[in-house]
Amino acid sequence: MRVMAQMAMVMNLDKCIGCHTCSVTCKQAWTNRSGTEYIWFNNVETRPGLGYPRTYEDQEKWKGGWELNKRGRMKLKGGGRFKNLMTIFSNPKLPSIGEYYEPWTYDYSTLTDAPAQEHTPVARPKSLISGKNMKIEWSANWDDDLGGSTETAHRDPMLAKIAEKVKFEFEQTFMFYLPRICEHCLNPSCAASCPSGAIYKREEDGIVLVDQDKCRGWRKCVSGCPYKKIYFNHRTGKAEKCTFCFPRIEVGLPTVCAETCVGRLRYIGLMLYDADKVLEAASTEDDHGLYEAQREVFLDPFDPEVMREAEKAGIARDWIDAAQRSPIYALINTYKVALPLHPEYRTMPMVWYIPPLSPVIDVVRDTGEDAEDKGNLFAAIDALRIPVEYLAELFTAGEVEPVDAVLKKLAAMRCYMRDINMGRDPDASIPAAVGMTEEEMYDMYRLLAIAKYDERYVIPPAHAEQAHSLEELSTECSVSDYGGGQQDLFGEGSGTPTPIAVENFQMLQDRQTSDSLAGPENKGARVNLLNWDGKGSPPGMFPPKGPDS
Amino acid sequence: MNLLLFVVFPYVCITVFVVGHLWRYRYDKFGWTTRSSQLYENRLLRIGSPLFHFGMLGVIGGHIFGLLIPQSWTDAVGISEQMYHVAAVGGGLLAGVMTVVGMVILIYRRRTVGPVFSATTVMDKVMYAFLAAAIVLGMWNTIAGSILTLGGEYNYREGVSVWYRSFLAFQPDADLMGEAPLGFQLHALVAFALFALWPFTRLVHVFSAPLGYLTRPYIVYRSRDDTRLGSHRPRRGWDRVG
Repeated sequence: MRVMAQMAMVMNLDKCIGCHTCSVTCKQAWTNRSGTEYIWFNNVETRPGLGYPRTYEDQEKWKGGWELNKRGRMKLKGGGRFKNLMTIFSNPKLPSIGEYYEPWTYDYSTLTDAPAQEHTPVARPKSLISGKNMKIEWSANWDDDLGGSTETAHRDPMLAKIAEKVKFEFEQTFMFYLPRICEHCLNPSCAASCPSGAIYKREEDGIVLVDQDKCRGWRKCVSGCPYKKIYFNHRTGKAEKCTFCFPRIEVGLPTVCAETCVGRLRYIGLMLYDADKVLEAASTEDDHGLYEAQREVFLDPFDPEVMREAEKAGIARDWIDAAQRSPIYALINTYKVALPLHPEYRTMPMVWYIPPLSPVIDVVRDTGEDAEDKGNLFAAIDALRIPVEYLAELFTAGEVEPVDAVLKKLAAMRCYMRDINMGRDPDASIPAAVGMTEEEMYDMYRLLAIAKYDERYVIPPAHAEQAHSLEELSTECSVSDYGGGQQDLFGEGSGTPTPIAVENFQMLQDRQTSDSLAGPENKGARVNLLNWDGKGSPPGMFPPKGPDS
Repeated sequence: MNLLLFVVFPYVCITVFVVGHLWRYRYDKFGWTTRSSQLYENRLLRIGSPLFHFGMLGVIGGHIFGLLIPQSWTDAVGISEQMYHVAAVGGGLLAGVMTVVGMVILIYRRRTVGPVFSATTVMDKVMYAFLAAAIVLGMWNTIAGSILTLGGEYNYREGVSVWYRSFLAFQPDADLMGEAPLGFQLHALVAFALFALWPFTRLVHVFSAPLGYLTRPYIVYRSRDDTRLGSHRPRRGWDRVG
């Protein structure tokens, strides 16, 4: 047994209102630079829909992820090492910018500069790639809220698998939102496809990162990732991906997307897993077995043997504690309501989803029946095969039973809690019908409905108790080094990097988790104006006042 | 004059080549990339780029064979002059034609496709000029010198190659090159100028040819480097406390 820790996320899709706040805040934080216009580390898709980039789930076309060869061994779907190198000069499976969208801005200056004329001047869209006028024909959320779905949704690769049963008639349709970030897989095919070895998985927390100094821009990771969550920065010529906001995670803060989620639908926590069993689980022959196989890779953090092995593997005691309190472990293994996205890609993804019950509830309610009655809901889950099969295509490689079981648990929770909220006697037969006790059901309700910040995000800080040495100012690297030297000599972004100031994140955490204003006392007379929230005047900003004033 | 052109200039260029790469690698790891433009345009690239690059690999292999292996060695293993000539010209022609066709497609693409052209730096353009000149001169030497034998027979393996090996051994014999036909002289000079430019262009990606990929494990694990928690390594003499 080789115990490793993995930072993981679960999203409760029933709560997603599709507001895109996560995408926007993520973009503001990470990809608001030139060359990253089309890069969305976090995006929210309306399903059924094409996704981003368009039809990325069609692996017969894009060849992402892994497959089993004839001998049952794992093999990159895009081709082995030799084929990978032979296609290095022109990647045959790289989505063109058109599959994402051509980023644009507007020619705003004409609005103020235009000479007097009969018609109001308009700001025309200009491509950020060619600089020319362009016609906007697609973008990251072109089919948001099923907009234009009568034209496009039939190309949804997941719908195609159950297509003969679906008539895309508006009144019969269903939809939900699917927020996506990088899956930080246990068996990442992007890393396996990278010729330079620049993509690595961190031993401590399993976050998958691209070493920007080692990346040589071969673009193999883009086609290797079946989720298409690695993007090519077309200005710097380097691959970029979701970082799980590692500078925030290291100081115990949730990712930006989770922090700003309006519906509070994201959970972050640790999972302990047995690294020796990953490959075996990923090689499970039957696609339908992959969900169960992945669950078996996870270790029970309460098992004394696992705790002992974890300590032997150098996992700190507070990390094991955090793994025991992990909401992720509870949702995946205790309540078994979270499911992986596309286990059939065999990458062992680590961002899981609680499938939405809302498509079912909407239908029941529309018929005028009681949508919180157990009998009605259970019957509807059994009867409404199309939404359920669609969810199964997303989360269990098409196997309906696990999705059925999760939906019934969620339905049971709804019915059971209604009795309690209405002041009636709780009906123990409802949890029993889905194999749970009353207490378990109530605990699950608490976690899903009213869990507070520190229950949703159980993030042990990284073992950098050396916090002070993280501060570049106190060790080296004076301000004059920032932006010093001759930049951009060999094209955009070349030259020495501008450091991520770790101290900024440490202070951000102090500010967000304490009741005081910015400027912790122990910092003496140093003020970081970047973190000043505008409230009050932090000590050290002005010289100390004399004794008589 | 020969001394300046075929001893001093090449050594200066090679020095710039070596020192330049060391400097670039230390100063600009982030800028060390292929700067691929495939995202902008794929139709022409799909044909042009493999043609050019595979052709170029053949050309480089041919140069290694022709310049570094003495004629006496091939004679010793029983390869006659005639056999060598046919193989060298045949292989060289094939690789050369692939390279030239690929290069024409790529330059056409770079000039005509708007986004690609606007992503082209000044260094790129200078580099393209020298690279194209070196390739065209090389093709000219193969066709005019070895096939049509304009200006008489010239066995470069008794001239240019010997000079090149003497150059690498730091005992340069400039006269050998001075006697070579003009085409060979120009090709060598342009190539050395290209070597001098090399570290300052996107050509550095040649030295990142990812051969290690064939042997490394698929998944790379890395520990958070505790000696490097910021983006700079702590200076010597600064120890962490705790």
